Amino acid sequence: MLQKDVLPMKAEKADKRLSAKPVITGSEAVIRSLIAEGVDTIFGYPGGAIMPIYDALYDFQDQVHHILVRHEQGATHAAQGYARSSGKVGVAFATSGPGATNLVTGLADAYMDSTPMVCITGQVAASLLGTDAFQETDVIGITMPITKWNIQVTRQEDIPGAIAKAFYIARSGRPGPVLVDITKNAQVGECEYEYVPCTHIRSYQPVPELRLDAVKEAAALINSAKKPYLLVGHGVLLSGAEKELIALAEKAQIPMASTLLGLSAVPVDHPLYVGLLGMHGNYAPNILTGECDTVIAVGMRFDDRVTGDVSTYVANAKVIHIEIDAAEINKIIKADVALHADAKTALQALLKEVQPAKHDEWLAEFRAADKKEYDKVQHNELYPETGELKMAEVVRLISEKTKGEAVLVTDVGQHQMIASRYYRFKNPNTNITSGGMGTMGFSLPAAMGAKMGTPEKEVVAVIGDGCFQMTLQELGTIYQSKIGVKIVILNNNFLGMVRQWQQLFFDKRYSSTEMVNPDFVQIAKGFFIPGKKVTAREDISAAIDEMLATDGAYLLEVVVEKEDNVFPMIPAGTPVTTIRLE
Amino acid sequence: MQKEYTVTVYTEDRIGITNRITIIFTRRGINITSLTTAETEISGVYKFIITVMSTREKLDKVVGQIERLIEIHRAFVHEEDEVVYQELALYKISTKSLESGDIERLIRDHHARILTITADYFVIEKTGHQQELTDFIKKLEPYGLIEYSKSGRVAIVKWSRRFHEHLKELQASSEA
Repeated sequence: MLQKDVLPMKAEKADKRLSAKPVITGSEAVIRSLIAEGVDTIFGYPGGAIMPIYDALYDFQDQVHHILVRHEQGATHAAQGYARSSGKVGVAFATSGPGATNLVTGLADAYMDSTPMVCITGQVAASLLGTDAFQETDVIGITMPITKWNIQVTRQEDIPGAIAKAFYIARSGRPGPVLVDITKNAQVGECEYEYVPCTHIRSYQPVPELRLDAVKEAAALINSAKKPYLLVGHGVLLSGAEKELIALAEKAQIPMASTLLGLSAVPVDHPLYVGLLGMHGNYAPNILTGECDTVIAVGMRFDDRVTGDVSTYVANAKVIHIEIDAAEINKIIKADVALHADAKTALQALLKEVQPAKHDEWLAEFRAADKKEYDKVQHNELYPETGELKMAEVVRLISEKTKGEAVLVTDVGQHQMIASRYYRFKNPNTNITSGGMGTMGFSLPAAMGAKMGTPEKEVVAVIGDGCFQMTLQELGTIYQSKIGVKIVILNNNFLGMVRQWQQLFFDKRYSSTEMVNPDFVQIAKGFFIPGKKVTAREDISAAIDEMLATDGAYLLEVVVEKEDNVFPMIPAGTPVTTIRLE
Repeated sequence: MQKEYTVTVYTEDRIGITNRITIIFTRRGINITSLTTAETEISGVYKFIITVMSTREKLDKVVGQIERLIEIHRAFVHEEDEVVYQELALYKISTKSLESGDIERLIRDHHARILTITADYFVIEKTGHQQELTDFIKKLEPYGLIEYSKSGRVAIVKWSRRFHEHLKELQASSEA
């Protein structure tokens, strides 16, 4: 509950606060409710319809830190980065109309990647709703398919209840974004204030009850498996089940492969970790999905970038699917045993039932395939001696110099796949990327948020030249709010991934993918952020050292090979076992 | 294989819930052929009865996604033989047709009834399955059919033995 005595009081309202429940404006109720939920950081952008809330925020600056972004999309991505690194709920503010519509991309991204976020939008007065009033937009209608829940509040007395529900829904079960739209009359009207956290909604059961018979059935499958295989998804990180996962893998010596969003749940150097799944993942974990006899998919949803052609995916295996969202079970891949549960609960139960085992020959298959990938692809990528700089060697150096302990925030495209393949993650929740939506422009604001959420950690944003130009205005936020994020632009003067597809599947017809880029370092300087441009191999190591040694933000532009490709690659819609090494 | 299914959804009373449910069908390209909704015997709990042409596999997934919505209690897919269902139609006929006499027999033979009679028109009500209701139009047309209106499906699930108790438990838990 809220500690009322720690909240500042306006003198003119003091008399009203003598009552047990203070009488305050809806706007003040918004801020007090957020504080009651433990919110200390808000990313947002003011405007006409949310001005009363910003006015109320002015009185609480000592308790809530507001970060003024340069575009509302930046506010949502920053809130996502904050949530993903800290494990707390990210919060964003925007005004009505264009402010609210600018949240759409971030909401959709957070929905696809199960990120807990609460967005609060101002709305025109209730009396004007539906009249096409200035900056009125049906944000509830627009965001219905891309939020876990949304609500329009038109009465000030409903504000605390709506915010309590919003936080409960955003963070419970399979997390997701929630939008609360508050009309201007509700913001300025006064009401008695009391905050009661939400702990139950009668039509919503966020934590399903684990069926023990299903656990026994799953354990029996694992115990009899010759080639068991753990697929590690985002759900492992969301439920904090990393230890249980690793304990299960170690007990029965099961290889673990990660989805893009599952990265960092298992340290890359763990002896049972076998790599990244999916279109640009590692060779062994993809090709051996055709060999395994039992798959234990934990908190992952069989995205098409992971499965390729579903008709052949894990065709020879029994499938155990651990998943908190019932709608994901049997949606893409039919489960032989479904554990509808939180990943941590399910893995704890499974751990008791699974017998110790060894699968040395099966693990050796992974290592043999790894060697093939290393010889054919990785060595040349990581340790080139001639030619232009390669993305992979830059990522390798960042990984080495940060000891795999930085929060790596990537955007979308070739650099994302390279960073995901080659950064050697050591700790959980250190991989932040736009997975399901593939939102270009994600990483610069997400990195800001990640740094705000975990200021004690080094946060490195690895960004392509195309992605950077989608949200580069957030350099202004980084400067104004003194956010010490390190920005690495891997510049190939192309929309690299589209160009790669054009090369491989469209006869090299490079339609609108070549970019004539500005001077990124000069742009950073314009925002008072130091930076450097590197084009030569001999300069890169020192430049990364300089970046990491700099106190505060830094931008490093690295000019990399113009027409480099990311391999291995599974052509879209084909079986993952057709993965190409070149 | 595509065939007609009935989907039932139990919801909280919430603005926009219809939209939330229907966009899930829209995303998968499923056309809703009828939708009926009304409050259940439990205050604040609504029942949607939706008929669609689709496949069982697709609808099982749709229902899963519907159940994911916060204000949804439960959602089910039913085969034709799992539900007892009816639709209701109203037919407005010119009052002149009564002069001929035999329309009265037609109404009686089809278990329809007259709801109201004015100087210009009278209104007949008939319940039944869709085919019966549309067949009846053809028979009424010679008498001067002015307007026809039909409801969506109203259905009771044959095997839902305890749903009323379940709803009452919900109500009790929310009152507690």
